[in-house]
Amino acid sequence: MNAFAAMPPKSFEVKPKLDESGSSIGELLEISMGPHHPSTHGVFRMDVVLDGEKVVKLKPVCGYLHRNHEKIGENISYLASMPYTDRLDYFCSMTNNWAYALTIEKLAGLAVPERAEYIRVIMAELTRLQNHTSLIGFFVHDMGALGTPLMYAFREREKILDLFEEVSGARMMCNYMRFGGVRVDVNDEWLARTKQLVANYGRFLDEFETFLNQNEILLARTQGVSPLTKEQAVNASLTGPLLRAAGVNYDVRKVDKYGIYSRFDFKVPLGEHGDLYDRYMMRVLEMRESIKILNQALRDIPGGPVMDPKAKLRGFRPKPGEVYGRIESPKGELGFYIISDGGPNPYRYRVRPPSFINITILEDMCLGHRVADVIVILGSVDIVLGEVDR
Amino acid sequence: METPEQIKARLEAAAPSAKVEILANECAAGERSLLVDAASGFAVSKFLRDDAQLKLDYCSNVTGVDWPDKDLTEKIKVKQVVDGVEKEVEEVKKTLRPGYLEVVYHLYSMELKHGPIVLRLRTANRTDQTHLPSLTPVWRGAEFQEREIYDLYGVIFDGHPDLRRILMWDEFVGFPMRRDYVEPDDFEYEPTPHDEVLDAAKKHYPVEVKAEVKPEVKA
Repeated sequence: MNAFAAMPPKSFEVKPKLDESGSSIGELLEISMGPHHPSTHGVFRMDVVLDGEKVVKLKPVCGYLHRNHEKIGENISYLASMPYTDRLDYFCSMTNNWAYALTIEKLAGLAVPERAEYIRVIMAELTRLQNHTSLIGFFVHDMGALGTPLMYAFREREKILDLFEEVSGARMMCNYMRFGGVRVDVNDEWLARTKQLVANYGRFLDEFETFLNQNEILLARTQGVSPLTKEQAVNASLTGPLLRAAGVNYDVRKVDKYGIYSRFDFKVPLGEHGDLYDRYMMRVLEMRESIKILNQALRDIPGGPVMDPKAKLRGFRPKPGEVYGRIESPKGELGFYIISDGGPNPYRYRVRPPSFINITILEDMCLGHRVADVIVILGSVDIVLGEVDR
Repeated sequence: METPEQIKARLEAAAPSAKVEILANECAAGERSLLVDAASGFAVSKFLRDDAQLKLDYCSNVTGVDWPDKDLTEKIKVKQVVDGVEKEVEEVKKTLRPGYLEVVYHLYSMELKHGPIVLRLRTANRTDQTHLPSLTPVWRGAEFQEREIYDLYGVIFDGHPDLRRILMWDEFVGFPMRRDYVEPDDFEYEPTPHDEVLDAAKKHYPVEVKAEVKPEVKA
């Protein structure tokens, strides 16, 4: 037996290209993009079949980071799941915490003090700022602008992460929220520094937009690439900036008005074409709206406690029942579905991961485009593999 | 938005063969759900999407739940004649609830901005009749989530365009999200090309290589 027969599959393969009658009219190249490739944003693989440079078939392959998060959630207590949610979308641990806390509060009927609600909004919008900033950095990085724009973005992101670290003790794995409030209060000095950061953020965005909005390469690579219609986007359950870029007005902050979002004055930006440029602009415009929300929240934040005094974290046993709670995370609709049987652990613990569901129609987005565009299209979806694979 | 009772009434008018049941939810803030029989699941989902008053065009969340066989104990009072006097005696009645797998769909309307409606489908049992209709032709967004349920729970979706494992590797045996799943002792075992190489190498050694036995040295 030939020892080479047992070698791992090749990363590429040449196949005959057949016409309708079945005769060969050329060659198709099947390549395996990833899983260990910087442009796939983690360990994500795509089986791509190319005709020349054009994509004729694309199958996403995921699960390289799978650890069965949901099974872990069923085997540990309600409180113990909170730090695990940080690891889902490790760019936005604050919003993950909030989605989980919100669901449990709905299940157990817990109230959240006023100050904690404001702190949650501030944290969530700061998370949105840093997620979208670094996403745009990665996005232009994927287009070939290596290094510099990403470093500009990361410089700003790091300032926000410093704020998170000061209040929660960790830059990314914040583990900050609890059912019935937040873990620790913020002080006035922290609020003043946040105000300062938010006041300066607009200037940074102006600068960033001056570099990018009219950039010839960015326009050529993004305008008209991978357009999505409203019907496609809705039917494929897309959420977040990707959906709104296609022109569908659906933002969970506006629809559900969870927390105290009904008190703030902000708009939901909408795109027209659903192409890559719209998806890029959507992030920029959402950041502008986040700054508006942050200004209002930092102005109005009241004093008082940050935890519901009746909330019981350890030995927490909610009554039987089931509940689905969702929030608008920077990547889309993040939901938790919990079934309680009255025990100390959830009977069923389910995460609705936005970036996993957003890649459902990755193939449709990429068909007919060039292989170099696949990287940019994937970048525009904004996936995090910790959440895709769970 | 309409209450589950109203939806049930209109559903039964539109699809007379459908068996719809409203399940209570013990949690006050949670939603009650519509349990639909598997055979008419596809027709019901189409009705929910296309109906002008509901327009549930957005299938947000699809997930599986495993309900294994369970002994239900119930205390009932039985009249018995004890020592010639009729008395009420408590008896424990045991019934076996057969297990099933359940798939839960959370449906919203993006156009009318309401929801959720919770739709549930149940399989006949957990072993050999685990088929359910796939709702991917109705809502494309269910495609990967149904694949995930197939992967982790073992529900087979009829009519799914591409039903393969998605998170576990293709050669994996078993459904890890089931309640009675037991991890193998060597759960990191994965068939690798290396094993085939080792098998091929065995051909070169027709006789099993045994450890060399040193002859005893006599003094």
